[in-house]
Amino acid sequence: MSIIKVTGLAKSFGEVEVLRDISFSVEKGEVLSIIGPSGSGKSTLLRCVNQLEQADKGRIEVCGMTLCEPAGPNGVCRYVSKKEQRAIQLKVGLVFQSFNLFPHLSILQNVIEAPMRVMKMDRKQATERAMELLGKMSLADKANAYPYQLSGGQAQRVSITRALAMNPEVLFFDEPTSALDPELTGEVLKVIRDLAAMHMTMVIVTHEMSFARDVSDRIIFMDQGSIQAEGTPQQIFSQSDNTRMMAFLGKLSDR
Amino acid sequence: MDLGLLIPQMLEATLVTLKVFFLTLLFSLPLGLIVAFGRMSRCWLIRIPVQIYLLVMRGTPLILQLLFVYFGPYYLFGLNYDRFVAAIIAFTLNYAAYFAEIYRSGIESIPKGQYEAAKVLGLTSSQTFFRIILPQVIKRILPPMGNEFMTLVKDTALAQTIGVMELFRLAQNAQSRAFSTVPIVIAGIFYLVLNYIVEQCFHLMEKRLSYYR
Repeated sequence: MSIIKVTGLAKSFGEVEVLRDISFSVEKGEVLSIIGPSGSGKSTLLRCVNQLEQADKGRIEVCGMTLCEPAGPNGVCRYVSKKEQRAIQLKVGLVFQSFNLFPHLSILQNVIEAPMRVMKMDRKQATERAMELLGKMSLADKANAYPYQLSGGQAQRVSITRALAMNPEVLFFDEPTSALDPELTGEVLKVIRDLAAMHMTMVIVTHEMSFARDVSDRIIFMDQGSIQAEGTPQQIFSQSDNTRMMAFLGKLSDR
Repeated sequence: MDLGLLIPQMLEATLVTLKVFFLTLLFSLPLGLIVAFGRMSRCWLIRIPVQIYLLVMRGTPLILQLLFVYFGPYYLFGLNYDRFVAAIIAFTLNYAAYFAEIYRSGIESIPKGQYEAAKVLGLTSSQTFFRIILPQVIKRILPPMGNEFMTLVKDTALAQTIGVMELFRLAQNAQSRAFSTVPIVIAGIFYLVLNYIVEQCFHLMEKRLSYYR
């Protein structure tokens, strides 16, 4: 069973078609990277699967549960009930480009807030788990610090910890290192690599090409709202005959 | 003039002033939050009436609103009711309007990412508002709220226009009895002391919330 299965997904903002006929799936334990130029719809795709945007058309399935499916004559989406949407929400985790930590809560509180309020875990149990996760991220000494006191790399590691604390089936990353300098980027990428080694199912939107090549089982290249190419890193980086993608990758290696 | 007699009287009248102050806050602070949500509503059937309410409350003199709330029901329906209650109603309606706009400015200043992070973690909308958004809003709106609280201390003097015996009314009466400005100077000092306390409370709250940025 696929963890994520998207079929015929389409999304427009007004007149602008941001996603057209997107289909892909993610298997358990797989790391999928989505690359492509800015404005190609990568983030919107992630946001649709994470329920931050509503899809117009198509089907989204998460862990075998249907989030939305085509209904009516022209394939316009119908979403499942709010209750089911929330159940699906708990299967996925999302790490943002801009961290979005809660500034008024300490690092520990950031991590235990959702386990306590959503999973109704008691404080002691939630704290134990959070400290264990923070320890793995080498952040145990920051538990009582506040987000403004952290470097960008530490903040992003906290937001990964916060997402992991909810035990998601799949973790999405929306350009997790785009707000970081090269040095800090390295420490965040290392964490993602470690997660990959533990067979965490992940979907990563990134501009870090060499990282995508190393860490991914599969890569999707998107341009102008549709999937242009899909394959193993080897297929994508060496054998592709897609001129648009070669131009994109070529421009990157020129820098 | 017998200050030994005047001061206790003024202290007693100050209690009325304080009652107007605290009761107005008690009702207008929550009402303002509800009004703020109405103002931000996507449904025009809610938003437009709220906008009209905000315009009327902020666009007409408070003293006029006091007179209307107290005498309106009498002239319209022959209804006679307690002037103190009328003062609280008028102040509450007026201050809720100002508080609503301050709440709104605070709520709208919170980045969208805070709502999104809460949503993907599975928090409900009410959990998101009360646990994540509101605490941050309170920190941001403290300075304008301090202004309003201090203005309210002074505005309580307007309650005398419908005959509420508060600090200012008492000072005025004493002034005309004694042909002396001393009572109103003392009243001025009373207001100043009250607002000094209000200012210090806000200062303290800002300090307590300065643990994060």
